[in-house]
Amino acid sequence: MTTEVNYREAIAMALADELEADPRVVLIGEDVGAAGGVFKSTAGLFERFGASRVRDTPISEQAIVGAALGAAIMGLRPVAEIMFADFAGVCFDQIANQLAKYRYMTGGQARVPVTVRMANGAGAGFAAQHSQPVENWFLNIPGLKIAVPATPADMYGLLRSAVKEDNPVLVFEHKNLFGMKGALPEGDGLVPLGLADIARAGRDVTVVATQQMRYRALEAAELLEASNIHVEVVDPRTLVPFDDRTVIESLTRTARLVVVQEAPVDGSWGASLIARIVTEDWSLLDAPPALVAADATPVPFAGALEALWLPSVERIVEAVERTVSY
Amino acid sequence: MWRIRHFEDEVKAMFARGLLRGSTHLCQGQEAVSVGVCSVLQPGDTTTCTYRGHGVVLAMGARLDRSFGELLGRAGGLCGGKGGSMHLADLSLGVLGSNAIVGGHLPTAVGAGLAAQYLETGAVSVAFFGDGATNIGAFHESCNLAAVWRLPVIFVLENNHYGEYSPVASTTLVEHLVDRASSYAMAGSSVDGNDVSAVRATTRDAIARARAGDGPTLIEADTYRQQGHSRSDPATYRPEGELDAWVKWDPISRLSQSVVAAGLASDEELAELGLEVLGEVKTAAEAALGWPEPEAASRFEDVYA
Repeated sequence: MTTEVNYREAIAMALADELEADPRVVLIGEDVGAAGGVFKSTAGLFERFGASRVRDTPISEQAIVGAALGAAIMGLRPVAEIMFADFAGVCFDQIANQLAKYRYMTGGQARVPVTVRMANGAGAGFAAQHSQPVENWFLNIPGLKIAVPATPADMYGLLRSAVKEDNPVLVFEHKNLFGMKGALPEGDGLVPLGLADIARAGRDVTVVATQQMRYRALEAAELLEASNIHVEVVDPRTLVPFDDRTVIESLTRTARLVVVQEAPVDGSWGASLIARIVTEDWSLLDAPPALVAADATPVPFAGALEALWLPSVERIVEAVERTVSY
Repeated sequence: MWRIRHFEDEVKAMFARGLLRGSTHLCQGQEAVSVGVCSVLQPGDTTTCTYRGHGVVLAMGARLDRSFGELLGRAGGLCGGKGGSMHLADLSLGVLGSNAIVGGHLPTAVGAGLAAQYLETGAVSVAFFGDGATNIGAFHESCNLAAVWRLPVIFVLENNHYGEYSPVASTTLVEHLVDRASSYAMAGSSVDGNDVSAVRATTRDAIARARAGDGPTLIEADTYRQQGHSRSDPATYRPEGELDAWVKWDPISRLSQSVVAAGLASDEELAELGLEVLGEVKTAAEAALGWPEPEAASRFEDVYA
């Protein structure tokens, strides 16, 4: 018997289950408590677990992330929320220099079980400072793990795994997916960090995509069936660690790779994945790999422009057709 | 205090001999703050401090040889050679670490205070920082959050009169930095940071407030950095006579004088004790110099748990 929930509810359920399971888990962030979260993703938790475990903070992203680090070193398992992911810029030092490096610089004297939740991504008309998908900012910071769930089940399972993890995990919640419905599996529903999901099986081409782009890739795959092109869609679900093996296994069947990402090319996970495949396993490929990416501009506000900024289903279809016909 | 003074003098000498890499930031002249505060802490209490933090780490009881070993990048150093001079930590003693980002460790201290409050351990969390850190955003956020949550945190502001190469008056118009406590409705105290007994007394009051659940305190300890900012700084910007005046106000000399005046020890006994500590420091330095470099493979360890 499965439960149908939306992505937002999956967040609250995962947090509730971790709060229930472990008294060391605390939530901290702006309006996560009495208000139930700006995105309502912590609704009901304050009432159920109380003000000492679901803690409202001032608008102080540095203090939020740093306090999570200090509390984690001293035995808690904090979940920090920094609301819009763009605000990670405000506390970049705390994430990049403090959280990520603490264990290494102390020679492994501490575990750092901190989860940082952020609402990410474009397409909802929030303009440049509330829309950038910023997960790529953190790719180059060893010490962090990065989760990018697309479905309610993956959100639930990855968020619970993140809270149980003894390392800092950044969990990106895509703003355009909050209402997305899906089934939660039976059992604990945990999804391990570092395991990709084959969202659709196909033999002709491997399309790798996350979050909002996973759904566009699936839509493209459906359209391409009419042209007798069978697309395999792989969702890595976490960017660090990245499940190269599942991608490579898929490529042994398809020999063609298209990566779709909601971000410009430079310094991105898609560019890195293609670099690894080409430099380490180039003989797997029968065609040059394609990277369908966003434009190298800030996210524009106007609906017409923002729609052009995001990789569209049509662009994915074109890239797949080019790659397959090479 | 002698242990710290001799340690720092030895570090300076090691740099001059080309034995140390990178940079270092010495705290000669500020020993009474570290020792005064740390000497009244209890097991379970924690500290975070700055890159000028050798004094705090030693005052918390870190081993001399392992501290030298860390500065030398040896496998037996406090952090296995992965931290260095600016990142000394010994969690077994509550030393959560020194930090190389000005103010970057203040939120960590708030978090340690949160854990103490939440787990009801009765511990206090002490953050040491300089006058320069009071102008960085993390200071403001940390003081405010600690105050709002009434956390058992003690913010120890070591006003050594210079932020890097700039005198504090050129970067900060408020005359008494402790006045900033009122912005957070937080208790604030000023203390002569070169008087170890006064530092102890002031810290005891702050600890009592923290353990009673009455929230954080900002302590401004007035002291002086007798060396330059870092090893590459000869501190030529000091006004004529300033250093000499502060050297006369040296915390170790002042404690020695009071001890002798109170009849607790003679000058000769103190001199003998000083030499004994010097020998201890030299022996530790020599030992650490003989330790091996870290294994090559260790660089891949401790990125993740």
